Amino acid sequence: MGTAVKADAESAAATPSLEPALARRRPRPSRRGPGRRTLPYTLIAPAAIVIFGVLAYPLGMLAWISFQHYGLKELIAHQGDWVGLQNYTTLLADPLFLRVVLVSVVFTLVNVGLTLLFSTLIALLMSKVSRVIRVLLASGLIFVWATPVIVAVDIWQWMFDYEFGVVNYLLTQMRVFGSLIHHNWFENTVQGFSVITVIVVWGAIPFVAITLYAALSQVPDDVLEAAEVDGANPWQVFWGVTAPMLKPIFLIVTSLSTIWDFQVFNQIYVLLNQRPSSNFFTIAIYSYRESFGVTQYGLGAAIAVVMVLVLIAVTYFYVRQTLQTVDLAT
Amino acid sequence: MIAPGTATRVELGAVARARSRVVNQVSWRRRLGQSGYDAVGLAVFVVMLFPLYWMVATAFKPGRDILALTPKWFPAPFTLQNFQDAVARPFFFDDVRNSLVVVGATVLISLALAFLAAMAVARFGFRGRSAFVVLIIGVQMVPLNALIIPLYLTLDRVGQTDSLAGVIAVYLAVVLPFMVWTLRGFIANIPVELEEAAMIDGCRREEAFVRIVLPLIGPGLVATAIFGFIQAWNEYIVAYVLLSTNSKQTLTVWLASFTTNHGPQWGPLMAAATLTGLPVVAFFLLIQRNLAGGLTAGSVKG
Repeated sequence: MGTAVKADAESAAATPSLEPALARRRPRPSRRGPGRRTLPYTLIAPAAIVIFGVLAYPLGMLAWISFQHYGLKELIAHQGDWVGLQNYTTLLADPLFLRVVLVSVVFTLVNVGLTLLFSTLIALLMSKVSRVIRVLLASGLIFVWATPVIVAVDIWQWMFDYEFGVVNYLLTQMRVFGSLIHHNWFENTVQGFSVITVIVVWGAIPFVAITLYAALSQVPDDVLEAAEVDGANPWQVFWGVTAPMLKPIFLIVTSLSTIWDFQVFNQIYVLLNQRPSSNFFTIAIYSYRESFGVTQYGLGAAIAVVMVLVLIAVTYFYVRQTLQTVDLAT
Repeated sequence: MIAPGTATRVELGAVARARSRVVNQVSWRRRLGQSGYDAVGLAVFVVMLFPLYWMVATAFKPGRDILALTPKWFPAPFTLQNFQDAVARPFFFDDVRNSLVVVGATVLISLALAFLAAMAVARFGFRGRSAFVVLIIGVQMVPLNALIIPLYLTLDRVGQTDSLAGVIAVYLAVVLPFMVWTLRGFIANIPVELEEAAMIDGCRREEAFVRIVLPLIGPGLVATAIFGFIQAWNEYIVAYVLLSTNSKQTLTVWLASFTTNHGPQWGPLMAAATLTGLPVVAFFLLIQRNLAGGLTAGSVKG
């Protein structure tokens, strides 16, 4: 196959998940010499301090604030009031919060499912098409992947515009749904979330498809041919041979997609002109609204803690899988 | 005794003919399948790329062609007015400068820190190494949205909420884990014997890093620099929350406020979106080859 395409795919797949498979050398024990004990610590110290100071410390502080009443008055005084679990009990009694959690979970499941489905199909398609089309597809995906989220949101906002949007025009031309000119997609929550799903999935496909394609091209041809010679149909080859071999990479992209989609913020917030109605609240938006909209930082922090706890569960699988891949590779 | 032989020959001939027919049929069917796949591939390409085309096309259309009930598929007549309008909006150049400052500082500082840390992880076995690896893999999953509140409160306490320095610090922490992880892979692929040879020739360990490893992981540095550039250039929510003064914001915040403050003026908005997306795409394509070279070099089995 064309090296250019392969290179494209592999370059785009420069993800932490794929990288370990490329690294084969086990780090050797350090040589004797002055400072051989302290040198590695000196080397990681600056990075570790930044990561700890800007991510780990605020994470701890988030948990701390979630047990406090922290409003505008406390913001000015730089001092919160300890209220124990009150923020959490408030949340559990809040029907909007329960709704928001449900919406976030369903939204995540649908988006991850669609992203994986389309990405797998595109990755399989890329391994079947001729060279020219493959180059075209790979570069197209890279363009989409390189598009900033805010830019993407503006484009789709324009395409779904109720009056002059090209989507309404095309759907009307299809004559399936009747005339959709002047149809406002955001009056109805399900339709509004469909638009958001289109934006999220469109933006998520390139990374997942290219990663899967890179993994797919590493499945040895003779294994696939052997399965075909034994009389397996393409469907059986995929589920019996390809899918099990790609299982580690599937696990990684699934956990990554789950983590990203569960905390979707920009696509909703900017799409709805920075004033989303409560129908469109996901957990990230709700946390933002409580803290920066109505200056209830303690409550906002409690919502964020719930979000982090859910994500830690997913991250656990991701980290474990990544570490296993590294262990196999080194 | 002759008859069976001829029969065999005849049969063989028939089989050969039949086989060649089957082969022809198969290759014919395969060709048809191939063009079927190609057609689907082309369709996927068009669907995926259409939004980007539509952005650029709209950006070059005069206003009356944008607000047309039947869309004009091509930007003819062609105008640059939308770009002029977009650039003339308040704070465009301020915010471009801010974005460049933030991106530049983030990329340079994070590259230096990531190189040092990656060196430690790839070349040393030390206590706490696996803990550090778990930290950098796990921390990439921390939702930035959730950290906005404590980051805002902390920076507010030290009076840094409306300053680029605070944003740069946050971006550093966001891009560092990935950069360390990626560079680690590149360094691990350089034979350690090269450094050992240099050290036998009298180089100190630190010198060997700088003289031997640093030049060899050029492509890795480029790849991680691109990653840092894209992350920092595209980030929205941290910049939006931390930077409140219009002249201190970054380009994504400027672009997002474009919609709210002035209502949907699609032509200038699409021109502005094109301008914001352009550096990312250009940078990406410009360095694509180096990036690809570095990564394929790394994938050679060792």
